[in-house]
Amino acid sequence: MPQGLTATNDFVVKFANVNGSGSASANGLFAKSILRMGVPIASRNIFPSNIQGLPTWFEVRVSEAGHMGRRGGVDMMVAMNPQTWDRDVAEIEPGGYLFYDSTRPMPKSKFRDDINVIGVPLTEITNNAYSDPRQRQLFKNIVYLGALSALLDMDVEAVKASIAAQFKGKEKLVPANFAALEMGREWAQANLACPIGLRLKAADKVGDRIFIDGNGAAGLGAVYGGATVCAWYPITPSTSLAEAFEKYCTRLRKDPETGAKRYAIVQAEDELASIGMVIGAAWNGARAFTATSGPGVSLMQEFLGLAYFAEIPAVLFDVQRAGPSTGMPTRTQQSDLLSAAYASHGDTKHVMLLPQDPNECFEFGADAFDLADRLQTPIFVMLDLDIGMNDWLCEPFAWDPARKMDRGKVLDEAGLDAAKNFGRYLDVDGDGIPYRTWPGTHPEKGAFFTRGTSRDRYARYTEEGAPYVDNMQRLLKKFHTARSVVPRPVTRMAKEKARDGVIYYGSTSAAMSEALAALEAQGVHLDAMRIRAFPFHDDVAAFVAAHDRVFVVEQNRDAQLRTLLINEESIDPAKLIPVLHYDGTPITARFIQSAVADRASSANVLPFRKATP
Amino acid sequence: MTFLPKPKLHHPKLPTNSVGLTRRDYEGSISTLCAGCGHDSISAAIIQACFNLAIPPHRIAKLSGIGCSSKTPTYFLGAAHGFNSVHGRMPSVLTGAYLANRDLIYLGVSGDGDSASIGFGQFAHSIRRGVNMTYIVENNGVYGLTKGQFSATSDKGSVAKKGAVNTDQPIDLAAIAVQLGATFVARSFSGDKDQLVPLIEAALMHQGAAFIDVLSPCVAFNNHPGSTKSYDYVREHNDALNRLDVMVPRQEIIASYAPGSLTEVVQHDGSILRLRKLHDGHDPTDQASALHALMAGKAAGEIVTGLIYVDPEPGALHESLGTVAAPLNGLGDDDLCPGVAALDKINASLRS
Repeated sequence: MPQGLTATNDFVVKFANVNGSGSASANGLFAKSILRMGVPIASRNIFPSNIQGLPTWFEVRVSEAGHMGRRGGVDMMVAMNPQTWDRDVAEIEPGGYLFYDSTRPMPKSKFRDDINVIGVPLTEITNNAYSDPRQRQLFKNIVYLGALSALLDMDVEAVKASIAAQFKGKEKLVPANFAALEMGREWAQANLACPIGLRLKAADKVGDRIFIDGNGAAGLGAVYGGATVCAWYPITPSTSLAEAFEKYCTRLRKDPETGAKRYAIVQAEDELASIGMVIGAAWNGARAFTATSGPGVSLMQEFLGLAYFAEIPAVLFDVQRAGPSTGMPTRTQQSDLLSAAYASHGDTKHVMLLPQDPNECFEFGADAFDLADRLQTPIFVMLDLDIGMNDWLCEPFAWDPARKMDRGKVLDEAGLDAAKNFGRYLDVDGDGIPYRTWPGTHPEKGAFFTRGTSRDRYARYTEEGAPYVDNMQRLLKKFHTARSVVPRPVTRMAKEKARDGVIYYGSTSAAMSEALAALEAQGVHLDAMRIRAFPFHDDVAAFVAAHDRVFVVEQNRDAQLRTLLINEESIDPAKLIPVLHYDGTPITARFIQSAVADRASSANVLPFRKATP
Repeated sequence: MTFLPKPKLHHPKLPTNSVGLTRRDYEGSISTLCAGCGHDSISAAIIQACFNLAIPPHRIAKLSGIGCSSKTPTYFLGAAHGFNSVHGRMPSVLTGAYLANRDLIYLGVSGDGDSASIGFGQFAHSIRRGVNMTYIVENNGVYGLTKGQFSATSDKGSVAKKGAVNTDQPIDLAAIAVQLGATFVARSFSGDKDQLVPLIEAALMHQGAAFIDVLSPCVAFNNHPGSTKSYDYVREHNDALNRLDVMVPRQEIIASYAPGSLTEVVQHDGSILRLRKLHDGHDPTDQASALHALMAGKAAGEIVTGLIYVDPEPGALHESLGTVAAPLNGLGDDDLCPGVAALDKINASLRS
């Protein structure tokens, strides 16, 4: 056996399973047990567009230092899927560990010499213990959890506490799971050298952080943001967002006396109807949203142009997946930026919020409704599959008790009586944002006709050039106003003066913080800016101007944020160096580190200059 | 269209309704449709129906899609908010508006292109959900704004102005509405105001998905010999099932009718729909009977009009959803935001 990797509270374990085999529950227990030991983890599901049979993986990054992105590489592979055996074995770091079901002998050629092989006869153990085929399958997962707990020196009480929490309400199932856990644990302790080089040690590094998926957090954000109408059409990876909204509404939004709902959720017939309902509801004064993914945004294009032009608030959660077309529906990307930013025909621009983790999904999920009302325009909250469908360890949700909904410029009956000159598209305050009224407000005043056709400041139909241009210019002014009300970018300056910078956003953040630390250790110093919204705050262009070169790290092929920077801020393309990861898996710290280090080293060489005469 | 502006002043003795408004108060801006367009007659019928029912105009929201028909909401109820949305998508926008505020009256105006072709799906789903609305299709069998292409309601064999013969089967929106569970389905003719106005009144009062297919000849592109949607053709083939008088609650029945010729449908809110039967064997409260009347009429080459189907106990989407009685758009922070204590509890549940 080669020298085994040794690490405490800092390694990567990957589970290779068959979809539908019940492994998700055991893998989740593994992850939560480590958290229970006070050790931060980041876990990611890599799953197929399939209900049963295709390969699925679960990757757990253990990081006492708190790195929540993917590191890259696998220190221990729990290889439970014969279909993917070869590539799973190939992925293990030299000196790493292969854990497998050794019931049936495997030819030597199926292994590697430079890794440590740990065989546990899982099928034999469960076949001896159980007669029901379903039980054999399900408990096999708990048996490997038990074996891993011994191999990695996990606190068995933490594992048991996680099992007890998982079966809360179904306590009858707990003893059987404990028994299966002990079966695996005892077999490993009796037959293997436990623990191995990778070890877990109780720490106190989790603090008050919470563990939740971004879709759940965004759904809760919509509850706190005052959304009352949700219209949606099922599409991976956004479905669980609408379902989370429903779950939290059922708990938090019913009239305590009558049980009647203070919300309405409609599963529409398609994405066109979803966004149509959102626009109709928002036009009529309700806070409304839809949750979708790239193909849904494609279908909504015509309506989004209407909402932009007729100035109707709408909130869209776009949980991005790998495109184009059906693409890879269960893989992650940040590839809808351009189609969202410029959705619809004609000259249109839309506001986008770019949350980095579930905490910001909650925060931006609530803020989006204030922004939609304030700006009277669609607001995209751009999640991706990695944030949306994986559980992340993040800061707890916070809420200011004094906060009230900002309904924007809406005139009520008294307001209409007081207003001298109501014009739906009249820029009274000079910020490009006009006043609106809701249907049914006043018997005589404030009614207007909402339309996608051109109109003058008083909402009267016109095809004349001057009022059309006047309106389009006001919309630009409004978009400029948006720059100062959307979330500001966050800047992190290098410890030493840096000539180069890096711009990133969304789910890249977690891997980026680890990459920046590693680059710094390598002597590569970069100032970093995390962009949190489009249109870009003035800080963004200033950041680029202050650096020789700026790396723009994204998870798409075409450098979509870079395109927006060039297009909207007139930045010289030569200054913006794309760093792109788009194979459908979440970006890793090692990828960023290597891509940036290669280019930064050449950039750090001072260019040869002729002496000035 | 006319280029003469409407005078703002009107006759001081113009009759007023119970909310003190005259018929003129229900008008909109001047129509820009062709002179003689059936759609203008439907607008006039909507104005008359709303005046008769004494609905405050601002309590109505009028929504439409795209096309000649969808332009008409500008021409009635000027004091009401209107929404001219995108082609074929009025039903979803109306559904959303209704979700936001269940207290307003929703009037959707659409055309045969808007509802039977591009918006066929949205038409169907808004009806099967039971959106509380009056959905009027101004059906002329032709694309008017793009100058004369057949629509999906054109009858097989109908001849276009330029001579082409339609070879596709027509979609009967009224029959489909019955099948989809619309709780009020009627068909009428823009040229028969006596029939149309009470049907619109009844639809507006109906607390569920009410659908009216109104044949509305296109004078520019579909009013020639060979067309089955021309004024002459519809007049000649109009086969009314019944005549409707809308009754409001507690109103005395004054007229007397021959026994057996009168059907009264008492609706959930106590209002009574009184129908003078013109057809034997048609029971307007029975879906199968309604479909039979439509199919038999089609087989006989007749256009069946009148109140085709009504469910006296309609349900609507808000009841299915179990929403609060108050409009959702009026709920405030205290109703909607669960607050800090609830959030702390959620945070605690998300820690291992």
